[in-house]
Amino acid sequence: MKPAPFVRHVPKTLDEAVRILGEVAPQDGRVLAGGQSLVPIMAFRLAKPAHLVDINEVAGLDRIDNDGKMLAIGACVRHAAFHKPAVDNPLGRLLSVVARHIAHYPIRMRGTFCGSLAHADPSSEWCLTAATLDAVMVAKSARGERLIDAKDFFQGIMSTALAEDELLAQVRLPLLAPGAKFGFNEFSRRAGDFAMSAALVTWRMQDGKMREVRVGVGGAEPFPRRIAAAEAALEGQPPGDTAFRAAAEIAASAVDAMEDHQTSADYRRDLVRAVVQRALEMSAL
Amino acid sequence: MTSPAKFIGRSVPRLEDRPLLTGQGRFAADIDFPGQWIMRVVRSPVAHGEIKSIDTREALKLPGVHTAWTAADIAHIPPIGFRLTGLKQLEAYRQPVLAQRYVRYVGEPVAVVFADNQYVAEDAADLVEVSIEPREPTLHASADLGVFDHELTSEAGVVEKAYGDVDAAFAAAHAVVALDLSIGRHTGVPLETRGAIARYDAERDVLEMHGAAKVPHWNRDTLAQMLDRATESVQLYEGHVGGGFGIRGELYPEDVLVCAAALAFKRPIKWIEDRREHLIAANHSRQQHHRIRAAIDAQGHILAIDNEFFHDNGAYMRTHAATVPDLAAAMLPGPYRVPAYRAKGHIRLTNKTPCGTYRAPGRYESTFVRERLIDAIADKVGVDKVEIRRRNLLPKNALPYALGLDTLGTHIVYDSGDYTLLLDKALSAASWDELQSDLKKRRAAGELVGAGIAMFVEKSGLGPFDTVRVEIKPDGAIEVVTGVASIGQGVETAIAQICADTLGVDYKTIAVTHGQTDRIARGMGAFASRVTVMCGEATRLAATKLRKEVLRAAAELMQTGVEALDIVDGEIVRTGGPGPSMPLAELARALPHALSAEDTFESSHMVYPYGVHIAVVRVDAETSGIAIERYMMAYDIGKAVNPKLVEGQIAGGFAQGVGGALYEEFLYDDSGEPLSVTFADYLMPTAREIPETSIILSEDAPSPLNPLGLKGAGEGGVNPVGAAIASAIDDALQRPGAVTQLPVTPQRLKRLLAGRRQSSTT
Repeated sequence: MKPAPFVRHVPKTLDEAVRILGEVAPQDGRVLAGGQSLVPIMAFRLAKPAHLVDINEVAGLDRIDNDGKMLAIGACVRHAAFHKPAVDNPLGRLLSVVARHIAHYPIRMRGTFCGSLAHADPSSEWCLTAATLDAVMVAKSARGERLIDAKDFFQGIMSTALAEDELLAQVRLPLLAPGAKFGFNEFSRRAGDFAMSAALVTWRMQDGKMREVRVGVGGAEPFPRRIAAAEAALEGQPPGDTAFRAAAEIAASAVDAMEDHQTSADYRRDLVRAVVQRALEMSAL
Repeated sequence: MTSPAKFIGRSVPRLEDRPLLTGQGRFAADIDFPGQWIMRVVRSPVAHGEIKSIDTREALKLPGVHTAWTAADIAHIPPIGFRLTGLKQLEAYRQPVLAQRYVRYVGEPVAVVFADNQYVAEDAADLVEVSIEPREPTLHASADLGVFDHELTSEAGVVEKAYGDVDAAFAAAHAVVALDLSIGRHTGVPLETRGAIARYDAERDVLEMHGAAKVPHWNRDTLAQMLDRATESVQLYEGHVGGGFGIRGELYPEDVLVCAAALAFKRPIKWIEDRREHLIAANHSRQQHHRIRAAIDAQGHILAIDNEFFHDNGAYMRTHAATVPDLAAAMLPGPYRVPAYRAKGHIRLTNKTPCGTYRAPGRYESTFVRERLIDAIADKVGVDKVEIRRRNLLPKNALPYALGLDTLGTHIVYDSGDYTLLLDKALSAASWDELQSDLKKRRAAGELVGAGIAMFVEKSGLGPFDTVRVEIKPDGAIEVVTGVASIGQGVETAIAQICADTLGVDYKTIAVTHGQTDRIARGMGAFASRVTVMCGEATRLAATKLRKEVLRAAAELMQTGVEALDIVDGEIVRTGGPGPSMPLAELARALPHALSAEDTFESSHMVYPYGVHIAVVRVDAETSGIAIERYMMAYDIGKAVNPKLVEGQIAGGFAQGVGGALYEEFLYDDSGEPLSVTFADYLMPTAREIPETSIILSEDAPSPLNPLGLKGAGEGGVNPVGAAIASAIDDALQRPGAVTQLPVTPQRLKRLLAGRRQSSTT
């Protein structure tokens, strides 16, 4: 279980990193950040990148910035950076709740937020977070920088809008309204496993009604997304069992559930129903 | 032993922990020799096919690659033979060390490359071109017969065991209960993968293999035979072993390959298995499909059991040959009176990883089947599952009980036991009646909760012998040398405890040497929960002999009678009171010859511990998830040398039992491609999935077959876990007989829940 030969590049600046990436990308060059997905795949020789652009020594990529509107998460920020709220806003608490569901402690110490998004596993908790909250991705290459909305970023199972010479340098998450409510739930057979379905919901209460409702579902389809029909069903309703059940049912029927040898589409829809309902229940606590 | 036991029966700390806890362990991968070559195995990517060509030319061009082998290069090496239950008719199905004309499972070794390091070796293995013409794979043992080769079918043999008049019993039965049950393919997955390092010492003309485990002497003898060498010119060395569970330490193709290569190339050869290899190449186990029927009377007493089953042994018959199906058939009757019995087990080969034993081999399977059957009988006659067991248990006065069946070359005679007493203890510890009313209330409130129970008889202490030598060195150090092995179970501590009490010394002063073929001529190794029973008694015998020898020699030096002396805390003292004493070391120094004694314990019968497990589970109707809320295990061990070690064995076994009940399963696609090749796909339960358990160790039935009353501890934690959890799930769903297949995955549970919804609406 040793990887095939590769050349490791260790740039010190972001400009240098994207320049090297631009050069080696056509020869199957890949970015190495936390390596929690890439390295095992290389050990199995399922991926044999000829070049790795190791960004761990690029100064400043481990920063989390807050401009009062957005939380900007650099490419080398580890999952563990969110164990405690990273910002004094409901978003900080949301991220710390979600982070604890990501794999296991040693993996969270090494794996990165942006790496999860670039890898785009369908069941990734951070991908679900980015899709639900409409994150903005900052893609950087030697050609320049562009912003990609979450809804355009995810394109399929482990497939994103990033070009091969682009580095996901930063992800920006909008802060939540003060007092915003959120709930998260996922189901996996063992603690720490890839979720077979996961749901993240946020809303704020106005005059006893739910407003600005977001319902995101991950792990069920090739990539996570907001379920507009479920959001519409909740918008303007008082929080409670009736509304939650109806929305969960809508979400379950709205997803085009993936199947694998252990999981029928029907069963995965059951799980979507359960995780959406449970995330909503948590949000109302 | 003259004084009361100071160490036997006490949970003294393990002697073997210091190196393990301070990072000084020496596992297979830690062993290196200068100038060694790394071996990498090229494995078949196809489940079944005919090899057309193997081209190693590109691989050999790579810098750092020394050479490569295919079957033609080692045509003189025979296939690996059988260690246990080796029926002659099975020999045609043995595995060649490298695939010859056919490949029969994904992962089968077809070639090996030898290189300077692991990286280059893997690069080279990737460059070996293997051309295989695929053939139709056989994937289901109970389906129509497939082909092994142009002459042989996929049924390698049939295990048949019977006593009594089964047909007459069925003809006269009040009712017949019939079930169709299956157990999933899973296995022991030690933390340490396999590894073997061979080196040839030309000066001594000795071939050494390091990384041995479990059965070093048998493997040594077999390797010597296969490689056509004198037995003493092959030596095996056991280091630390990161878990055994039946699968580690058997003689595998890779062990033979490193030894043959060390001889051929006069270079040390090292092979360390990676995890993907481990999950497709090391023994699998457990997969069986049973069709069982019971004839019963109106009260639910069993009149006869008739069982036909299909044992999926994978692609070849390995060292265990028919052991697993044989044990399944022989141990199925369990603790109940079964007046007539017939079992027919088809040993079927499939194009999947070959199988061997895994902790409680054949019994995890047959206990699941039997206990499902007992639950079904309870349902049939309308009594609860405790009452049906009481009605059928063998009473205390029936023991010793000759079952009338043989296994592992022994007649099965349950040596001692009080099954009803242990059942009562377990029920009382679980507050069974209160538990039932509590669960009833919770179910009425909408929860899907239930309790299950399973009973079983284990076997342990397999002979035929163990030999032990005990020595007191001139520096006072005491060494016990044995041919058993340590797979992490605490052998050194338990054996030292027995030796210490017998001799009259502190257990900490005793070093136990095991698994080194150059230190003792013969030995049986560690399997079948045999070590504490067989080696323990051999140790007691040898230490008793040594004690006599010590006292005789001391009496001479101290000018007194033997009867006036005792050994206390390593000092030879006068029994009558104060007077000159002499440390053992001083005696050893004073003698011209070594103080040493050797003795052998022989036994032609196994000893039979027994147990009761009680499980409480909660089913999540929305996610089809299962949580084990409580789990209780009662086990009668005869005599626990070290209760803490026994509890550790039981707790660890339980976790593996949960794996087989709910999580672990090797799956294959329709072409025979394995789908469970990483720990992301092969789900072993972690600390988060395993609930706290309670363990009751009882010593009501010491074995009459050895003076200490010992029985083995290794397999009582795992044996009935599938059965108990299945019973609890049935209860939670209020659907007797719902669970017919292990593991109960969420997808399978969903189907059971759907069935429950249907039956509640109709």
